[in-house]
Amino acid sequence: MLLALLPMLASATNAADISGLNAEQEARYRTLTNQLRCLVCQNQNIADSDAPLAADLRNQVKRQLLAGESNQQITDYLTERYGDFVLYKPPFKAITLLLWFGPVLLVLLALGMAYAFARRSRSTAKTVAVDEDKLRKLLEENK
Amino acid sequence: MRYLIPVVVLAALVVLFAFGLQHDPREVPSPLIGKPAPAFNLKLLDDGTSYSNADLKGRPVLVNFFASWCEGCQVEHPVLLKLAREFNVEIIGMDYKDKPEDVTNWLARHGSPYRKVVMDEEGTAGLDWGVYGVPETFVLDAAGTIVYKQIGPMTEQAWREKIAPLMAGAKP
Amino acid sequence: MIPELGHFALILALGVALIQVLVPAYGVWKRDARAMAVATSAAQTQALLVFISFGCLMASFINLDFSVAYVAANSNSELPMIYRITAVWGAHEGSLLLWVAILAGWTLAVSVFNRRLPADITATALSVLGVVSVGFLLFMLLTSNPFDRLFPVPQDGKDLNPLLQDPGMVIHPPMLYMGYVGFSVAFAFAIAALVSGRLDAAWARWTRPWTTTAWLFMTLGITLGSWWAYHVLGWGGWWFWDPVENASFMPWLVGTALIHSLAVTEKRGLLKSWTVLLAILAFGLSLLGTFLVRSGVIVSVHAFASDPARGVFILGFLTTVLGASFLLYAWRAPKLVSEGEMTLFSREGLLLINNVFLVVASASVLLGTLYPLVVDALKLGKISVGPPYFNAVFIPLFAPLLLMVGLAATVSWKRAKAGEVIRHLRAPFIIALIAAIAVPLLIHERAPVAVIAGGFLGFWAIVTALQEIWRRIRAKTGFVSGLVGVPRGVWGMSLAHLGLGVWALGVTFVSSFSVEKDVRLAPGQSIDLSGYEFRFEGVEPRTGPNYDSDFGTVTIEHSGEVVATVHPEKRLFRATQQMMTEAAVDHTPFRDIYVALGEPLDAQGAHTGDWALRLYYKPMMRLVWLGGALMVLGGLLAATDRRYRLSRAAESRVASNSVVA
Repeated sequence: MLLALLPMLASATNAADISGLNAEQEARYRTLTNQLRCLVCQNQNIADSDAPLAADLRNQVKRQLLAGESNQQITDYLTERYGDFVLYKPPFKAITLLLWFGPVLLVLLALGMAYAFARRSRSTAKTVAVDEDKLRKLLEENK
Repeated sequence: MRYLIPVVVLAALVVLFAFGLQHDPREVPSPLIGKPAPAFNLKLLDDGTSYSNADLKGRPVLVNFFASWCEGCQVEHPVLLKLAREFNVEIIGMDYKDKPEDVTNWLARHGSPYRKVVMDEEGTAGLDWGVYGVPETFVLDAAGTIVYKQIGPMTEQAWREKIAPLMAGAKP
Repeated sequence: MIPELGHFALILALGVALIQVLVPAYGVWKRDARAMAVATSAAQTQALLVFISFGCLMASFINLDFSVAYVAANSNSELPMIYRITAVWGAHEGSLLLWVAILAGWTLAVSVFNRRLPADITATALSVLGVVSVGFLLFMLLTSNPFDRLFPVPQDGKDLNPLLQDPGMVIHPPMLYMGYVGFSVAFAFAIAALVSGRLDAAWARWTRPWTTTAWLFMTLGITLGSWWAYHVLGWGGWWFWDPVENASFMPWLVGTALIHSLAVTEKRGLLKSWTVLLAILAFGLSLLGTFLVRSGVIVSVHAFASDPARGVFILGFLTTVLGASFLLYAWRAPKLVSEGEMTLFSREGLLLINNVFLVVASASVLLGTLYPLVVDALKLGKISVGPPYFNAVFIPLFAPLLLMVGLAATVSWKRAKAGEVIRHLRAPFIIALIAAIAVPLLIHERAPVAVIAGGFLGFWAIVTALQEIWRRIRAKTGFVSGLVGVPRGVWGMSLAHLGLGVWALGVTFVSSFSVEKDVRLAPGQSIDLSGYEFRFEGVEPRTGPNYDSDFGTVTIEHSGEVVATVHPEKRLFRATQQMMTEAAVDHTPFRDIYVALGEPLDAQGAHTGDWALRLYYKPMMRLVWLGGALMVLGGLLAATDRRYRLSRAAESRVASNSVVA
C-alpha cells in the first residue's frame, strides 16, 4: 500500500510569477498564500502546492491584490465560494470561541488547581507535623 | 471525583472518533447551498452563443461540472445518461478547463446527457461556484437557488435518496 | 518460505504474548513466584520471534521478493539497497511490524534490567507490555499482514514513494518509534504502581531512566523528522503543525512534563497520582497518534493509506487499554498518598507550574487538531485549523517555560528565598537582555520587539544553564575534578535546558529574519538576495539509479567571492512517474541558503530555457537542529546518571539512610 496521495506533495515548489506586485503587495501575497488551504491536497497551503487548483487560487489572489483589494476582501471572496475550510486561520465565530479561548481558560484553570493543591498540601502537612511532635512527647513519657 | 475526569474525556473522544470513522474528512461542503447560483456569462459549445445563470431559472435543473480529461467523469457518465434519457432530467454541462475539440470528441464517443454544454475554459465559473475537483454536480430549483451539491461522481444512490426528492418538490 | 516463516513467527509471538499477559498476572494475584517469573521468559521468547519475523520481512525486501504484496507495493528492482531496507517501514503494514519489534525490544530490556525491582512489579509491568503486544500483533494478523502473498507475481514492484528515498527516512521512523513505544514502559510501571498500591521514591527512581531514554529518542525522532522535511519538501519550512506532526508532539510535551514530575516524586514524594496520570497520558497520546495516522479520520500528508476498518480496530484497542487504565486510576489513585507540603515558590512548585504549561500546551494542540472534526461532527460546518492558530496559541504557552528554565537550578527544594534567587539571577538577566538587543542589531541591523523577546528567552536559558555548570565546577577544588565531579544528572539537565535555549534562539531568528524570493531566471542570469548573489548556471539532464533528474547548478557569491555551488534537482522516478524536488542547502552554523527548482518556464527547452526558482536566506536555521541535538545529549547524560546504576547493596544503604531524613 502506497502512502496515499503523497505525489501531491512531490514537487512542492512552484515559484509563482509574482512580477507586477510591489514590495508591500508581495509580502501580503506571501502571507495570504501561506494561510490559504489547497483544497485538493493532503494538508498544504496554496503557496507550496503544485496542484492546478492551487495555481488558480494563487492567480486569483494576485489579481485581487493588483486590483487594490484588502486582505479581508480577498479571504471573504474565497470563503464565499469554498467556506471557512479554505482558511488555515480559523475565523472568530461563535463556533470557534472555544477553540480560541480554550487554551487561556485551561491555563487559568490549571494554575488555579495547582495553587489549590499547594494550599491543601500545607494544611495536611501541618496536621502531620503536629502529630509527630505529640508522638515524640508520648514516646518520651513512656520511656 | 476529579479522578474520573480522564475517563469522561476519553469517552467523549471515542464518540468523536467513532463519528470520524464514518465520515470522509476530505469532502468540502459547499457554502452556496441555499444561495442563488453564482453569475456567469459564457459561450455554448455547439454554436458559440451566450449562456448565463439567468438561463438556469424557471425549472429545476442539474448543473454538472465535468471535463474530458477527468477520470471520475467517465465513472459517472452512464449514470448521467440514464438520468437524462430515462428520467428526463435536464442536465447542463459546464465543461471545466477543457478544449472544444477535446470535449466534442469525448461526447461523440461516449454520448451526451447534456441539454447544453457551456465552455468554462479558464475555470472562472468553476472558481465562482466553489468547484475544487471535477466532477461536481449542483442541483438548482426553479428559482435558480442551489439546493444540493454532489461532490464527486454522481451515483444512482445519490439520485434516488437525495436529488430526485428535491427535484420533485421543486417543480414549478 | 521466508515470508511464511515470518508470518508463522508472528502467530507464535502472539501466542507467547498471551502467555506473557495471563500467567504473570495470575502470579501477582495469587502471589505465585513461579508464575510471575514466566513473564521474563515469555518476554524474551516473544522478542526472539518478533525479531525473526522482522528479519524475514527485511530479507524479502533485500531479495526483492515481489510475490509478497507489501514488497511489490513498496520497492522496485532499481531501488538502491539502503532504501530497500528502509522500505520495510515505508508503509502501513511494515511500519506496524517495526512498532511491534521495537516494543519487543523495550520489553526485552525490562525483562533483563530489573534486578532492583520487586518481583511483582516486574511481573505486572511485563504483563501490561504484553497486553500492548497482543493488541498490535492481533491488529497485524487480522487486518494488516505484511506477509500477504500476491498472485500472479508482478514483473517489477511499484517502487517506494520517492519522498521516502532520502537518508532522513532511514533514521527518522525508527528513532521516533523508539520514543513512542518507549513511553509504554513508564505506562507499564504506572499501572504496576496502581495495581500494587505502592508508589514511593524507589518507584520514581526506577521509572526515571526508562522515561528519560524514551523521551530522548522521541526528541531525536521529532528533530530528525523536522530536518528531513526541511531538506526534502522544498518549501523551506520545518514544522507545519500537520495533524501527524502534532500526534508526535503531544506525547513529547506530556513526556517532558512526566520527566519533570518524576523528579519531584523521587526527591520529595509529592505529585504521585499526578505522575501516574502523566505516564498513562503520555503513552495514551502515543496510541492516539497511531490511531490518527492510520484511520483516515484526519487529512494529513503523513497519513498512511486510510482504511476505516483498521481505524475501528485501533479505536477499539485504544478504548480498551486507556479505558481500563483510567478506570484503574480513578479507583486506585486516591490511595497513593503524597507525603508532604508544597509551596509554590520552591523547585517542586516551579516544576508543578512547568507541568501546567506543558500539559495545557499539549491539550491546546489536541484541541486545535481535533476541533475541525468536532465542528464537522456537530454538523456546524467545516473549518481548518492550521499554523496561524497553533503559533498564536503555542508561543504564549511556551514562553513562561523558558523563563522558568532559568530559575530551575537556582530555586531550591522545599522553600526558596526570593532575595537569594534575584541576586543570583541578576547577572544572567542583564547579560541575556543585552545579548538579545545587541546580536540582532549587529547581524541584521534591526531588532524588532518580537526578536528581543524571543532572543531574551533563548539567551536567558543558555546563560543560566552555563551559570549552573560554572557554579558547580567552582564548588570543587579544581577545574578538572569539578568537571568530573558534577553529577551526570546535572550535566544532563543543564545541557538539555541549554539546548532548549539554543532552539528558541534559532526559531526566533529564522522566523523574523528569513528572506524568501520566487524568481524567474535564464541560464547565466543572476539575482541578489540578502547580500548574496545567486547565479543560475543552468539545468542539465542526469540519470540516477531509479530516477531521471533535471540537475541544476546555482553559484552563490558574497562580496565577489564564490561561497558555494549548489545543485537543486527535480527527480522523476521512473517506476511511479512521480516528481520530487531535491532542494539544495548550503549551510554554515549561522545561516542556511536554500535553493529549490520550481518549474521550467520555457516549454521548448527544460535544459536551455528559463526556470522558476525559489531562494531562501535563513539565518540561524542550524540552531534549531543543534538545540534538538543538545536536548537529546542532555537526556542521554541524565538517563545514565550513576545513581541509576548503583549496585543493589549500595541501593539498600541509600534507601535506609533516606528513611531517617
